[in-house]
Amino acid sequence: MTEVRLLSTTAILGYGFPEDSLKRGLARKPHLMGADAGSVDPGPYYLGSGKSFASPRAIKRDLQLMLRASAETGVPVAISTAGGAGGTPHLEATAELAREIAREDKLDFKMALIGSEQDKAFLARKAAEGKTRALAGLPALGGETIERATRIVGLMGPEPYIEALDAGAQVIIGGRSTDPAPWAAAVIRAGLGQAEAWYAGKMLECGAEPALPKKEDCLFVTVTEGGVECEPTNPIRRCTPMSVANFALHENSSPVRHVEPGGVLDTTDCVFEAVSDRAVRISGMRWEPSDRLTIKLEGVELVGYRAVAICATRDPVLIATIDPYLVRVREIVAEKTSAFGIGAADYELVIRVYGRDGVMGALEPYKGPLGHELCFVIEAICPTQEQASAVIAIARTTMLHSDFPGRLCKEGNMAIPFSPSDLEAGAMYRFSVFHTVEVDTPTEMFPIRYEKV
Amino acid sequence: MASIASIAQVCKSKNAGPFFFTIDVVFEKKEMFERVRATNVLKAELFADLYKVDLADVQFTIYPAALAFKATVPRRIPAGEIGDSDVYGAQQHAPLLTVDIPINDLD
Repeated sequence: MTEVRLLSTTAILGYGFPEDSLKRGLARKPHLMGADAGSVDPGPYYLGSGKSFASPRAIKRDLQLMLRASAETGVPVAISTAGGAGGTPHLEATAELAREIAREDKLDFKMALIGSEQDKAFLARKAAEGKTRALAGLPALGGETIERATRIVGLMGPEPYIEALDAGAQVIIGGRSTDPAPWAAAVIRAGLGQAEAWYAGKMLECGAEPALPKKEDCLFVTVTEGGVECEPTNPIRRCTPMSVANFALHENSSPVRHVEPGGVLDTTDCVFEAVSDRAVRISGMRWEPSDRLTIKLEGVELVGYRAVAICATRDPVLIATIDPYLVRVREIVAEKTSAFGIGAADYELVIRVYGRDGVMGALEPYKGPLGHELCFVIEAICPTQEQASAVIAIARTTMLHSDFPGRLCKEGNMAIPFSPSDLEAGAMYRFSVFHTVEVDTPTEMFPIRYEKV
Repeated sequence: MASIASIAQVCKSKNAGPFFFTIDVVFEKKEMFERVRATNVLKAELFADLYKVDLADVQFTIYPAALAFKATVPRRIPAGEIGDSDVYGAQQHAPLLTVDIPINDLD
């Protein structure tokens, strides 16, 4: 009977895992080890800037252990959504870490780099041909949106990984990928079904997240015809039918219908059985192939530049009159910034009031009395950093020194925790592309480059 | 009456992509899950009301395998957009905590 064994080392490459967990996983002779390195959750900045939300130092630590283990055992390594967002700079940064590790540890291997950053002319042509479709209620993908975008990536499925494995790559660094892609690749390549393949990928995309107690660690998955078995490699963790079922809720809009590039994984009728007190076998998953092959796109555009100041009040008189005070602050900021040439249309001023509704904003249901202190996170967004810094400096001093009825604290209204008080936060992006594109083949958007390291 | 905070094992929120929040309420025991389910308080209408979205935009799933109720709602402000206060969407569960379920939690 065909059996595919897979070892996922951690939730996100760079979040860490115990070295012993990796060893225990390798002792079970996996066909592939890997880690997802990315997520859209940290927001649009990382795709826009080309930077990673995990530090290079942390990524290198995890990658080094995996590459050394691969050299010793011959088990191939797949890193998906490299560098956090999977754009070309992210891919290159991870590839460079792999080369650096190879030099330090005197390793040599065949490396595959799978690109996922998309050519704007290609996308504009697809959009013009009516081959793109908006998700999440966004407007249809127009040429201007594509042109304005800083970076657009496509989310690859398993096929580019299958191609790289077939070509004998020992280390695969993939760009933006659907989370299950590399795992599904190994299972499909072995001749097992799409349903088992995608389900296994769903389990493995976040390391030991389907296990208890929760902490970044390794997960071992064994796939056979009709079922997937999950077991954490660290003996202090266990998978239970409930912990595995619960994981289907994670970051999904539905726990039972999972839309993937070539179809839908339906888990409505899944059965979860404990095979030991630490391992669970899942069966009953179904795959519904779709008649059209679509690839999801993610893209961001530059909004402007941001500067931030943090301050807080301990004054009960001010807290009691905070709403009119903030209106007054905005008026004074508008007056002073326009005096030095930054008009109302040139900046956005956001004042978050922590202790009132800083976390939920307009969705905050609590309308009771406020506490004894309030914290303000003030943010200015402008077309340039210089303008944003100028606006935040005026906003900070206005928050500190403006008058209000009944004021006793006449030397200053705010405790400012740092010097400098104002922080330049750099470029700010927004998600502008969240669409699908119809393609002829699942590999055409994802070129593979091979390199002897 | 029993609040969700007093009877649920898990009550959490997270992004389901940059344009949606997904909110999960999970119970430890099947018996409690079934009692809550029978009250029909946790339903799409409740989430539309708490998260100020149109009922048609709420994707609500009862998921017995995990003893869970799940609702996915559009974000009023997409993740990371100007004015967003919760990029990961991880702290939007609080309005659920005080929802009262008409059962006696001492039963």
